[in-house]
Amino acid sequence: MRRSPLFHAVMIPFTLLWLAPIVFVVLVALREFDDIAARGLGAFPASLTLEGFATALAGGKLATALVNSAVVTVCTVVASLALAAIAAYALSRYRIPARRTILLVMLAGNLLPAQILLIPVSRIAQGIGIYDTLFALVVVQVGFGLGFYTFVLHGFMRALPSEVFEAALLDGSGPGRTFFSIVLPLCRPALAALAALATTWVYNDLIWAMTVLQTDTKFPITAALLNLQGGYSNSWNVIAAGSLVAAVPTAIVFFVFQRHFVSGLLVGTGK
Amino acid sequence: MTAVQDAPVRAAVPPRQRRRRRGVPPLVWAFLLLPLAVELFWVFWPAMNSFSLSFTSWNGVGAARPVGFENYQRLFTDPIFLTALGNNVIWAIGFGGLSVAGGLALAVALNRPGRGVGLYRSAIYLPMVISLAVTGLFWRVMYQPGGPIDVGLGAIGLGELQQQWLANPDTALYAVLIAAVWRQVGYIMVLYLAGLKGRDPSLEEAAAVDGANAWQRFWKVVMPQLRGVNTVVFAVTVIDSLRTFDIVWAMTRGGPYNTTQLLSTYMYQQGFTLVNLGYGSAIAVVIFLLALAFIITYLVRQARAEEL
Repeated sequence: MRRSPLFHAVMIPFTLLWLAPIVFVVLVALREFDDIAARGLGAFPASLTLEGFATALAGGKLATALVNSAVVTVCTVVASLALAAIAAYALSRYRIPARRTILLVMLAGNLLPAQILLIPVSRIAQGIGIYDTLFALVVVQVGFGLGFYTFVLHGFMRALPSEVFEAALLDGSGPGRTFFSIVLPLCRPALAALAALATTWVYNDLIWAMTVLQTDTKFPITAALLNLQGGYSNSWNVIAAGSLVAAVPTAIVFFVFQRHFVSGLLVGTGK
Repeated sequence: MTAVQDAPVRAAVPPRQRRRRRGVPPLVWAFLLLPLAVELFWVFWPAMNSFSLSFTSWNGVGAARPVGFENYQRLFTDPIFLTALGNNVIWAIGFGGLSVAGGLALAVALNRPGRGVGLYRSAIYLPMVISLAVTGLFWRVMYQPGGPIDVGLGAIGLGELQQQWLANPDTALYAVLIAAVWRQVGYIMVLYLAGLKGRDPSLEEAAAVDGANAWQRFWKVVMPQLRGVNTVVFAVTVIDSLRTFDIVWAMTRGGPYNTTQLLSTYMYQQGFTLVNLGYGSAIAVVIFLLALAFIITYLVRQARAEEL
């Protein structure tokens, strides 16, 4: 469909302005500290260097933090989706008593403001001896996200054609085999959408890390970045470089899985 | 809540299969109970603990001392709490209003496919995948004295507006709010794009034939069809506003002089920085109670949409 030139005349500058903060942070990250100090933050780079990135990754311990984030994100996403898938399967394909109520209560758990969980979660983690471990960060995020993923997968599994299940039943397939060999493969699109979404959510988390972790070598990238901000408070090139390091993985997930990502955002809204 | 009430589903299943399916196999019970136990232990159990903690005074060592409603009474005379509450109202209105206005306008502009539309959409989505903490740092750089905001204002002849955006108590909250809106608009746009896709175009054609102009068609014909999306957006926005923490923490930590304190940041300071576990829990309970009506709205809407 053709658009009037006016449409593009408005949208092109608008889009550029929209992306300006990102472009600007890239420019700052590539400048030398002395250049920023001498000519001000708003000036165009005089020379380009990767010094800011090197300092952020090594001195700011962001390299360790990226590994922590990767471990936590992969474990959380896999465990959340696995648990959500089995719960959704039970609720959508079997006559569990009060299953609608169970499903809505599970979803409600995900809508609670995290603030009401923080203090007790921190105490419980201390009580069972997992405080200040990545394991604690994984389990608490699995628990908190489960309701939403279960709700979405439930909607998807309920819509699967019942002929498939009747055929499986006639073949003598038990509930476990039906789940693994029929339901999971059919749910791939929904799982992909949720995985893209969950990856960004878990990777971007800050509040849970601040609740169950204490030692800075265990921090995921978001928490490590705020520490970096304290340690290099006037080295804007280092802070900008660190922020970009933190932003790049989710940006990659977004560009590779854009379609999944957008459909993932919609599945939870009843559309 | 009629939509949530039990009603027989899948009544069309032939009797033979229904009989076979009546007993739920033990494995299926395990499939349900394992995830449910995880959620009960890490979500509902802690949530209930917050309620009981909020009636105590406790610094984490020794036994908690029961104090009844004292924490709640203290809240009403705590000037920082009242500031945070007021800021949260400003935040819900400003953050919600601006992101809905922006997201809806962009969804209408970018609704029909065409050359460049995909690129524009991607550009507007992009900030949404950046974490709130990183967004906060990006904008901290933007707002620095001599940074692009100041340089930009100087370039268009508004140099007298240049200031310490995040250090000035009059501007700090709004400066943080703009950064949050920048990230939220893409999400709202996604929701409205889906809503616009689902509308009935023949209604607009009929209205056009009857002589309604584009403005009237939008407000009288399109908007009523977006009611479902509006409900979701409204509930999500308020819940998000009450949860907002990361971006404020990354940009100002509630300062200067508590002028950007939101309920969530004040709760964190009380509970974790000052280790007033009882008082912090009372603030958390207030956040929960404020969110409750919107959580229910969202749940009812979801239950209806899924025809549960």
